[in-house]
Amino acid sequence: MIYNEEYETMPREALEAIQLRRLQTTVTRVYNTVPFYKKRFDEVGVKVDDVSSLDDLRRLPFTCKDDLRDSYPFGMFTVPMDDVVRIHVSSGTTGKPTVVGYTARDIQTWSELMARTLMAGGATRGDMLHNAYGSGLFTGGLGFHYGAEKLGASVIPISGGNTKRQVMIMTDFGPTILTCTPSYALLIAEVAEEMGVDFRAFNFKAGIFGAEPWSEQMREEIERKLNMKAMDIYGLSEIIGPGVSVECIEAQNGLHIFEDHFIPEIIDPDTEEVLPYGTPGELVFTTITKEAFPVIRYRTRDISVLYPEPCRCGRTIVRMGRVQGRSDDMLIIRGVNVFPSQIESVIMEIDGIEPHYQLEVDREGRLDTLTVKVEVNEKVFSDEVKNLQNMERKLEKNIKEMLSVSAQVKLVEPKSIQRSEGKAVRVIDKRKI
Amino acid sequence: MKVEQISIFLENKAGRLAEVTGVLGKAGINIRALALADTSDFGILRLIVNDHEKAKQVLKEHGFTVGRTEVVAVEVEDRPGGLNNILQILFENGINVEYMYAFVQQSGQNAVIIFRFDDIDNAVDVLMQNGVTVIAGQKLYAM
Repeated sequence: MIYNEEYETMPREALEAIQLRRLQTTVTRVYNTVPFYKKRFDEVGVKVDDVSSLDDLRRLPFTCKDDLRDSYPFGMFTVPMDDVVRIHVSSGTTGKPTVVGYTARDIQTWSELMARTLMAGGATRGDMLHNAYGSGLFTGGLGFHYGAEKLGASVIPISGGNTKRQVMIMTDFGPTILTCTPSYALLIAEVAEEMGVDFRAFNFKAGIFGAEPWSEQMREEIERKLNMKAMDIYGLSEIIGPGVSVECIEAQNGLHIFEDHFIPEIIDPDTEEVLPYGTPGELVFTTITKEAFPVIRYRTRDISVLYPEPCRCGRTIVRMGRVQGRSDDMLIIRGVNVFPSQIESVIMEIDGIEPHYQLEVDREGRLDTLTVKVEVNEKVFSDEVKNLQNMERKLEKNIKEMLSVSAQVKLVEPKSIQRSEGKAVRVIDKRKI
Repeated sequence: MKVEQISIFLENKAGRLAEVTGVLGKAGINIRALALADTSDFGILRLIVNDHEKAKQVLKEHGFTVGRTEVVAVEVEDRPGGLNNILQILFENGINVEYMYAFVQQSGQNAVIIFRFDDIDNAVDVLMQNGVTVIAGQKLYAM
């Protein structure tokens, strides 16, 4: 089912004509209103009028997470606060978060894209949506909420947590569409089982899952245990939130990118060269309809691949493969973005500790676990157990305060963390996802 | 009247303790007393050896984290209540014992207990004033 037949099944030439016009408008807008973009464009010698074809996009400079952070909180907004009706904050916690804004029209755009997303995932106005994405600064909950209302479906804005109550509401209300992170979907199923409730007897027909990496194996598990079709969704607050791309229920094969609003590129993360369709690389997005917070060639650091063949669902827009990893060292632990450098800064606050540490990420049951191994040298060593344990507890407390993620700190012998030539191996991700 | 103790950080891994004793044995160092404190993921091995300088050096050469602490060796009468006498003296004088363990060798008819105190000087004074025999390091290493 297709929510916006006109735009989702448009012939390529017509779509590209619209993309070019919208790109030109966006480029003009950011150059004239955001000092950062003017400076960057001037540095590489690109003028607004130089964008005369879609190929000219690659002449424009990239925008990175650090650029957004440097402009904290509102430096990248193109409109005065009078025109901003909503503010969201990214889940990342490196120093200052990333702040994004929406005008009233941006909210309409987003709602439209989420209505498209929901319908691609199998929802219609007759459906009842159990929306267990967190509502708040995170874009997930409100994105789905507005999309469902736009579609005309009934929304249960239950947000995350209190899983037993979620199961009770599922039992009593009979929702038909589930939206949450894939790991939470499996947790709800487990809790239902513990409560003696048969999840397979629910009315669910489909779920739209995202905001964390998952796999085909997890899809099979969700579809089997929850007795529903499971679709992958992709989005990030810097672009708009959820609603950048989604799988269709007909094919479940690649995520359709709403190209009338976002232009995707795949680049080599090292050379920054644009790669052809079918070659994996880092996803880069340019928003072409956003008002308050447009971004030009935003480097997502997510590794994926684009393929342009039309889908059997009828959509002509390009598809992206499931995100395969990251081009930087960011980890997503229980939905929170974690950079090893943040943990390093916590460790280095303790006198005498050397920066020999390693992060071990694993998954026990449904929960990600983070173990931080720190080498003990003579400066921090003590012959008393309690002193060493206090140090472990202190590091755990500081990590929790900084990242909002619980970690277990484990002291290890000197030189026991493998040294490698050049770049240290900071992260061992044992999660099988 | 203090005794040098070395302590070694050990991860809870099979064979680590044997590596320590292996290194010391090859260097001709005799272990006079030992105690192991352990948690779920690491342990601290405390040793009194006949040559702590050399022991420390060879262990460091083999990549161990080695610390040095001053402890007190006390003669305890080898009879029921012998240890209690000493602990009672410490208690009455408000001295806290961080940890303690037994020395292998006897000193004449007496047992020897190793104590780790926070305030070691005060502890030694109190013990001696109460007629307890505190064994000097050099004598102990050679016992």
